[in-house]
Amino acid sequence: MKTSRWWTVAGIVIVLYSLFPLVWMLSLSMKPPSDIVSRQPQFLPTSWSFDNFREVFSQSLFTRALINSIGIALISTVIAVIVAMFAAYAIARLDFRGKRLLLSLALGIAMFPQAALVGPLFNMWRGLGIYDTWLGLIIPYLTFALPLSIWTMSAFFRQIPWEMEQAAQVDGATAWQAFRKVIVPLAAPGVFTTAILTFFFCWNDFLFAISLTSTDAARTVPAALAFFQGASQFESPVPYIMAASVVVTIPVVILVLIFQRRIVAGLTSGAVKG
Amino acid sequence: MSTVTTQSAGPEVTVSERIKGERRLGLWLSAPSLIVMVLVTAYPLGYALVLSLYNYRLTDPGGREFVGLNNYLVILSDPLWWNDFVTTLVITVVTVAIELVIGFIFAYVMLRIIRGRGPLRTAILIPYGIVTVVSAFIWRYAFALDSGFVNQWLGLTDFNWFGDRWSALFVICLSEIWKTTPFISLLLLAGLVQVPTEMLEAAKVDGATAWQRLARVTLPNMKAAIMVALLFRTLDAWRIFDNPYVMTRGANNTETISFLAYRQNVTLVNLGMGSAVSVLLFLTVVAIAWVFIKGFKTDLSQVRGDS
Repeated sequence: MKTSRWWTVAGIVIVLYSLFPLVWMLSLSMKPPSDIVSRQPQFLPTSWSFDNFREVFSQSLFTRALINSIGIALISTVIAVIVAMFAAYAIARLDFRGKRLLLSLALGIAMFPQAALVGPLFNMWRGLGIYDTWLGLIIPYLTFALPLSIWTMSAFFRQIPWEMEQAAQVDGATAWQAFRKVIVPLAAPGVFTTAILTFFFCWNDFLFAISLTSTDAARTVPAALAFFQGASQFESPVPYIMAASVVVTIPVVILVLIFQRRIVAGLTSGAVKG
Repeated sequence: MSTVTTQSAGPEVTVSERIKGERRLGLWLSAPSLIVMVLVTAYPLGYALVLSLYNYRLTDPGGREFVGLNNYLVILSDPLWWNDFVTTLVITVVTVAIELVIGFIFAYVMLRIIRGRGPLRTAILIPYGIVTVVSAFIWRYAFALDSGFVNQWLGLTDFNWFGDRWSALFVICLSEIWKTTPFISLLLLAGLVQVPTEMLEAAKVDGATAWQRLARVTLPNMKAAIMVALLFRTLDAWRIFDNPYVMTRGANNTETISFLAYRQNVTLVNLGMGSAVSVLLFLTVVAIAWVFIKGFKTDLSQVRGDS
């Protein structure tokens, strides 16, 4: 009884650890810019307002970047999950030469230092005319999202009782019905969880975004944050950068709140087999 | 979709043809992933290998000439490389060591807590999911002179955290640790739940102290999970770029190897030299992975699940 209370106290400390910086971000995003130049900055704003958010959404630097971020992350996620689904199915169900190679390669790419590719890709993309385009970012995101997707999904696929498909066919279902009514519902949670993890990865990238873009044609929010200015040159950009940060954190918080269980399962099953 | 039909339409095909078909199907299904991964990593890396042997600046394309291994010699004899190497090494060792300890404590709390397990896991996933650049800005502004509360709270009035190498690295490490500890704690939790409770009970009955149970039963039984978490986080920390970029732009000797590769290639468009840095960065990663796999015998089948 008493020890269980101590574990709860420890849990509260961890929750504070996780959320305190977010409170600070919210506080900064609601501060009037004049709070930043003051000599003794405080934790909380002198007056709370949503003006910074209004200002941020009125700047095309941010709105364009937000559209780029959403579009590029979603497209990369969808393609990566579909391509990885085939490979994960093969790994989980089929016996073929090259399976080990595929898994080792995926592992190698997951550890690959991405900064080593920035130079050659920068040069190649300019030659191919895809520098500073959505495609130019989607290709590297897809590449580095694939290992993550392949592992996570093959770990999920291994747990599917595939015999149920045959059982359904024995009971008179057609092959398509067996797939549609039995396998898809069993596989969907794994595919969906993989999509969330892949989306986080693409949403988070900064290195490729800053190296392979130069205008707001493809610049994503993490890269755009580095270019933020205040409303005038005498004003601090800090509250605006934090307001923009709050906006890009909202999708993360929503996904975590709704899919907490699945994300934990996805992170742990893909990494260490249970 | 049709794969499933061919699979289950098995009976009338002979066994050897069936195995052949399975092999062919396996290759076809994994081909798209294989091709994308190889094309986008191996090819540019090979290209970097070639470029690294040339003196080649984008600002002076006509002056391109073959210089052999000269770029490597220049880099390896430059104190800047070794400075960045040490910075990266310090960040990696400090963050991974601290994260391993805090991550283990978090994992243990997540295992033992009864009330509030769901909210705890939800909260811990937020730093994991947050954009690294956002984390970097949050911590930078917390320590900055004009916006931060840290100096007020600690009574340091006008101490400039980003004006000195070690205090700047402290803030960089703090942001990195805050964001990535949840990930490591979840990997450790997966290992922790596999420790057989009967063994812990038996040790307790035999009079082992809590510390002995931890050191002799729990940790050895989750060695594989610990090594995998270590390998992943070490290689991830070694690539650190976002935090130093946002906080210091590499000022005051806080530049990391990834940052150097970025700066040479993209900012200075010195592609010959930059490519040599890229190749060296790649080699350091291979060396670290090799030490883990051969030296520490990290069992990667645990990761791949193909054992």
